[in-house]
Amino acid sequence: MTTALKPVDAVLVGFGWTGAIMGQQLCDAGLNVVALERGPWRDTPTDFATGFAQDELRYMWRHHLFQNVSDDTLTIRNNVNQEALPMRHLGSFLLGTGVGSGGVHWNGQIWRFLPTDFLTKSHNEKRYGKKAVSAYDMTVQDWGVTYDELEPHYDQFDKLCGTCGKAGNLQGKIQSGGNPFEGPRANEFPNPPMQQTYGPTLFGKAAAELGRHPFPHPTGNMSQAYTNPLGAQMGACTYCGFCEKFGCGNYSKASPQTTVLPYLLQKSNFTLKTECEVLRVELTADKKRATGVTYVNSAGEEFFQPAEMVILSAYVLQNVRLLLLSGIGKPYDPKTDEGVVGKNYAYQTMSSVNVFFDDKLMNPFIGAGALATVIDDFNGDNFDHGGLGFIGGAYIAGMITGGRPIEMIYTPQNTPAWGLEWKHAAAKNYLRSFSLSVHGSCMSARGNYLDLDPTYRDIHGRPMLRMTFDFTENDHKMSDYLTDRAAEVAKAMNPREIKLNRRTGSWSVVPYQTTHNTGGAIMGDSPKNSVVNKYLQSWDVPNVFSMGSGAFPQNAGYNPTGTVAALAYLSADAIKSQYLKNPGPLVRG
Amino acid sequence: MANKVNLRRRQILIGSVAAGIAGTAAASVHDGELGAPPQTVRGSVPWKEGTADAPPGASGTGYVYFTPPEAAFIEAAVGRLIPNDPVGPGAVEANVPFFLDRQLAGPFGRGDHYYLGGPWPKGTPEQGYQSRFNPAQFYRAAIAAIDQYVSANLGAVTFAKLAAADQDKLLKGMESGEVKLDRGVDSKSFFAMFLQNTKEGYFSDPIYGGNKDMAAWKMIGFPGAHYNYKDWVTRHGEAVPFPAVGFKGRPGWRET
Repeated sequence: MTTALKPVDAVLVGFGWTGAIMGQQLCDAGLNVVALERGPWRDTPTDFATGFAQDELRYMWRHHLFQNVSDDTLTIRNNVNQEALPMRHLGSFLLGTGVGSGGVHWNGQIWRFLPTDFLTKSHNEKRYGKKAVSAYDMTVQDWGVTYDELEPHYDQFDKLCGTCGKAGNLQGKIQSGGNPFEGPRANEFPNPPMQQTYGPTLFGKAAAELGRHPFPHPTGNMSQAYTNPLGAQMGACTYCGFCEKFGCGNYSKASPQTTVLPYLLQKSNFTLKTECEVLRVELTADKKRATGVTYVNSAGEEFFQPAEMVILSAYVLQNVRLLLLSGIGKPYDPKTDEGVVGKNYAYQTMSSVNVFFDDKLMNPFIGAGALATVIDDFNGDNFDHGGLGFIGGAYIAGMITGGRPIEMIYTPQNTPAWGLEWKHAAAKNYLRSFSLSVHGSCMSARGNYLDLDPTYRDIHGRPMLRMTFDFTENDHKMSDYLTDRAAEVAKAMNPREIKLNRRTGSWSVVPYQTTHNTGGAIMGDSPKNSVVNKYLQSWDVPNVFSMGSGAFPQNAGYNPTGTVAALAYLSADAIKSQYLKNPGPLVRG
Repeated sequence: MANKVNLRRRQILIGSVAAGIAGTAAASVHDGELGAPPQTVRGSVPWKEGTADAPPGASGTGYVYFTPPEAAFIEAAVGRLIPNDPVGPGAVEANVPFFLDRQLAGPFGRGDHYYLGGPWPKGTPEQGYQSRFNPAQFYRAAIAAIDQYVSANLGAVTFAKLAAADQDKLLKGMESGEVKLDRGVDSKSFFAMFLQNTKEGYFSDPIYGGNKDMAAWKMIGFPGAHYNYKDWVTRHGEAVPFPAVGFKGRPGWRET
């Protein structure tokens, strides 16, 4: 028995960063908006107060804020010849749920992609030849949107979050102290960079000695108190070292809770419903138009929410799954290379280098989610790839997000994982070690995609999403090259020893890597090569918009949230300025 | 002044933890658990006083999950994973067996964050945990299978009765997966979970029953969950003199 509800102008499916941004934008435009979030309500004093937020066991290892996979997960395999099996426990990526979702337990690393990152195919093909972009079965594409189009929206997100940093390129003029490789910014960051602890400082000095261009990591951890354009207030970060995987009890980390909700929840044309999971988008018989969504709440009651517009603002994996379950767009088939939904799933290629000192105290427990000094000399196409056999790159960060002892004790090469030798190594090195993070791009390839699993079903009886993924030879080569560059900086820090943690073998779901899943609902300039146009509007069902990193045709060597948010703002702008006046396709396919 | 405010916060917290343990606050569903009632939010942030999502600390003494033979295995094995010596506490001295018992007796043991539905093919190492067992069942099956392996192959009655060197050898064989166990237990998979949980008990906040006297934190120099390091960010290379502190404070705090 499904209860039909009163129609609304727009329904938001999922309420993390993109849900909050779209909710604010559409409500300010006067629309009547309902947001449906499958997880619980969350606010700072109730759910992550400073008295108990810094709990490594509960939040990191018992997954307190993450998606509970016990009644709904996805299946995983490395290639089409394997049988996909359920991800029975979170590991490689830590999916969000609940109000604010991953925006609650992210690190606050706020990046813009490079101008050439949006031209992965055409730029690299022009500079390195056709083979450079088609080797290893790569299926990279241009985005159909440019950096210049996104710049005002990156700026919008920076102002919302109060991003702290130093511009390296202001309106085309290179600035000292910032990232000289970044695309031009119209404005300086809203707030100055954070202060750097010892490790990042030593990293910056060593990198500069090698002729690299170190700069402070752009961050949503506040270097000072800030009031954003919506009137939301944030406090200065206290460097407690519990950002990623944790909520901030101090209102110091940009999140939907700290930047949008105090404003949005006061609006009478906005309603948020929690513990409500959307089962599918309902379409008209000709599949040309969405009529709304069907959802079920935690009490088991089913509703139909009619809506003029459906905004898929859940995480990429849920958005793609809902497109597939609802029959929106043609599913991708890797055998024939036909179809688009699920195509070009990609990830992030991570490695690291540990640095061990005898004589220097790093005090790793003094940290913050984006407390780092970074070099971008080997990211994207910031360097000549001629003869290297790969495209893409990574930023290398001397980063100290914290010193949480279950997760973050580094021990030298060949130290056993247990026993007295391990214990002695832990005791000796905890305060005197540091880690360089190599945050690499991930190019899309023919065998990597998302579809519906033929066997496993969730508690609602729906097929689970099936992820087929492995790192390509391109990404292994990139990662090895970049890890060597990181090792150069590590050695220049004059430590006792270093340890290289290379990205070897097939992708495994077990060790935590990063929650930067991308693709599957990719954007582009034609319905032939993409699921959505540059305004994130479905080519097939124009009153459905699919937000998030699912739109990335491949993943760049940066954290995705800045670009995810900029794309949402671009979409909101197009909806407000064009779509509402004339509902229909914003781009002719 | 900052200390005072902090202290008050911690006292409030401890109060609510105690209530949780006594069961008086059982009506609320913790964040991260499924089944909270649906809620409609409109017009303001729905904050309610006194509803903080306090941590589910361990309480009581003795074992509630492990049987005596299981406890014998656990105490012997964690003592090999993290042995005691003057550098720092062993896992037994840090009360890790008690931590493990409470974890397995609680939501973690029940697999509250595991998907356990079928079918259950073995899978590749890259596909991770693929057992039908929840963690509590997995420990139960594994300990019995290990003792069975010991009595069949190593000439002792149980793991606990083996010499330390032989215990280490067997643990290494499980770590690599070379040791094949009965009862549907993949030795490598069990070892990985067991070692991880042991380190969790060793290094987590004492509120969960392990890391007794914060001795593991003191050994490495982690001062616990301090709220504010602002004054120390740019004091590069200096030893931070903060004494270790847990959610319930530290010895010497006035209990007023």
